[in-house]
Amino acid sequence: MNMLKIKKGTLSSATLLIILLVLCVALAIVKPTFLKAGNLFNVLRTTSITGLIAIGMTCVIITGGIDLSVGSVVGLSSVLCGLLMKENGWSVVATLIVTMVVCIFVGLINGMLIHYGKIPAFIATLGTMGMARGLAMLLTQGRTIPGLPKEFTSFAQIKVLGLPSLFIVWVVLILIAAYMLKFTRLGRNIYSIGSNMEAARLGGIKLAPTICFTYMFNAFCAALAGILLTARITSAQPSAGEGYEMTAIAAAVIGGASLAGAEGTIIGTVIGACIMAVLQNGGNLLGINSFVMDIATGALVVIAVLTEKNKKKQ
Amino acid sequence: MNDIIRMEGISKSFPGVKALQGIDFSVKPACVHALIGENGAGKSTLIKILMGVYGNKYEGIIYIDGIETEITNPIQAKELGLLAIYQDIMMASHLTVGENFFLGRLPKKGPFVDWQKVYNDTGKILNDLGIAVDPRKKLGDLTVAQQEMVAIAKAVSEDAKLVIFDEPTALLTDKDTQMLFSIIRQLKAKGLGVVYISHRLEELFEICDEVTVLKDGCFAGHKMISETNSDELVSMMVGREMTDMYAIESVTLGETALEIKGLTKTGVFENISFSVRRGEILGMFGLVGSGRTDIVRAIFGAEKYDAGNVIVNGKEVVIKTPSDAIDLGIGLLPEDRREQGLCLHLSVKHNINLVSYVDMSKLGHIDLKTERDNAEKYRDAIGIKTPTLEQLVRNLSGGNQQKVVVSKWLCKESDILIFDEPTVGIDVNTKREIYKLLESLTHQGDAIILVSSYLPEVLGIADRVCVFSEGRLVGEITSDELKNTPLHELEKKAVFMASGIA
Repeated sequence: MNMLKIKKGTLSSATLLIILLVLCVALAIVKPTFLKAGNLFNVLRTTSITGLIAIGMTCVIITGGIDLSVGSVVGLSSVLCGLLMKENGWSVVATLIVTMVVCIFVGLINGMLIHYGKIPAFIATLGTMGMARGLAMLLTQGRTIPGLPKEFTSFAQIKVLGLPSLFIVWVVLILIAAYMLKFTRLGRNIYSIGSNMEAARLGGIKLAPTICFTYMFNAFCAALAGILLTARITSAQPSAGEGYEMTAIAAAVIGGASLAGAEGTIIGTVIGACIMAVLQNGGNLLGINSFVMDIATGALVVIAVLTEKNKKKQ
Repeated sequence: MNDIIRMEGISKSFPGVKALQGIDFSVKPACVHALIGENGAGKSTLIKILMGVYGNKYEGIIYIDGIETEITNPIQAKELGLLAIYQDIMMASHLTVGENFFLGRLPKKGPFVDWQKVYNDTGKILNDLGIAVDPRKKLGDLTVAQQEMVAIAKAVSEDAKLVIFDEPTALLTDKDTQMLFSIIRQLKAKGLGVVYISHRLEELFEICDEVTVLKDGCFAGHKMISETNSDELVSMMVGREMTDMYAIESVTLGETALEIKGLTKTGVFENISFSVRRGEILGMFGLVGSGRTDIVRAIFGAEKYDAGNVIVNGKEVVIKTPSDAIDLGIGLLPEDRREQGLCLHLSVKHNINLVSYVDMSKLGHIDLKTERDNAEKYRDAIGIKTPTLEQLVRNLSGGNQQKVVVSKWLCKESDILIFDEPTVGIDVNTKREIYKLLESLTHQGDAIILVSSYLPEVLGIADRVCVFSEGRLVGEITSDELKNTPLHELEKKAVFMASGIA
């Protein structure tokens, strides 16, 4: 009966939302601690950080690209925060600005390699992934930088409107990205390029700025994630963000994005990220081996794509 | 002697649609049987049933060589000797011609592949059919026409009994078409059956023996070719008399809208000069490889050129990218609409507005009402058949897809329009609609360039025709000639010029 509903569903976002709610209700019944504010807020904080990257990743995937470098950009962003604030005594604002600029520059390199260099996105960003991580390691010699200033780390602890600040940042970014994709020319161009790059070019869409923008936006999201993660764990780590690119891709794909391009929505990705987070948290609460949960998350990605494919056939 | 295939009472339904209803269709040995009908008449569905694409989900009986056979999958169809050659040839373009021939059954000499044999045998088969292609060449390096010939030769080498051609000449020039016909005659001489699907009725009279007409999924008639004519066939297809396909009314010409002087791209086209005036349809005729498409792409900024001047509305301009051209009011409907003209995964609405988003946005924010109004306006004006504006373009028929491409440029209000092969793979009715549309565009003062390798079309529609051969402009057929010379003489003249003889 449930399977039937999924197949018949016309709105995949609606179907996903139902799955998320069912998961939450089931978990709340089995483990009432799930609903405790402390637990929920923790889930939200963790999800917000990877969720930020999933937003940028969705835009990249819609253009038909992929970005493996974002996990490394998180590390680079974390290291820059630590070095500039702790070891060079820079102010928080100056640190954040420089960190952003450097990380967005990595995104620009990605975009240029892919557009002008004609290198497949997978390879180009695999290269920058290695370089950004190497740079983060080199700058710190692989060590962690603890004891960051309080005015920086406290942001991760405060609540805005009764909700964790990290979550609020995520929501703001979700709204901006959703608006961009749905209501702006840039958003339309991103979809056009993802569907047919040649038709987009012959339609007068300037490819270079649009493609570079999506990778820069993704790097911006990663930089923001790196900054917030560093504030939350109160130390800068060159290995921060390892594997985040995969979490982000998984969230987008569960949310209905197609790696072939032109398909995907911000709302879908957000729900995808939440489903993954609830599964992970449920596993923790129920004391299930975390390796088993990795298997479950992997299977979820595959099932999501299979269901989508079946629906299209009909 | 039994029919090679006989299909009796074939019906097929899709959810909500009855695609075929009680169709009878049979092919005798050594006979070319044409299957015609408008887009959506059910030709492809019938062929797909025969080729096992839909499994056993059909009603009716199929006899192969007089024996009742249920065809349940494509592999079985192939083993029965049924072979279909589709418009888009599906072979491995990174492999050589010889490798493609022996794909999956490469001959061995000890543990190694016997390449000598692969290339010798392939060469022999190609030679026998009179196809001049080097078997060691990569398939992807051949022209579309050559690839098609190779696909046919492969079919023959695999002992097919029945070869089905689905729109085989859609992308071929007249010369290649003649080549194809000579191969079909050879197949016939060997006793094979041939099913020939085409929108170009003229061809039927040259190559086919019988014809079956489908209309809206039903059987609309069967004739011997010698006992019918194209008017009768057209009226069977559309259910009404089609008077003159190409009758459109010309208008008095206005100012020169676009002028090209000495346009050159070394090795591709040289020293091309021509102009087109407002209200005029300039035909560009040439064989595939004559450079016509490269020339219009260069004008549009889609390809670079080495020398020459482009003058738009009397002013010399520099066009470096398509968006430069678009800003000057030029629109290009590319040759391959699926690959270059449409975002197939996106909606009808998005595609119609694709070029115009820049005009309906303030600080990047799109006016959704204008977007929807535009889409509705052109859907109604051009008659795009779609259930909703949100429908994905890939779900529309070929003719409706082409209408979406046209709408995109009308929506942008481009007034110098370049149509590159606008009617390839489009049914008779939609063709007529597109010609009517060209007429109304000239009436509102647009300048039109019509690139076509289909002579009746370009001679029938254009006010003036430039003929291209091997990257050069080799001649012009003036409007006086078009008006006062009999059609078959014009055709001869154009073909001679295009083949570089005259």
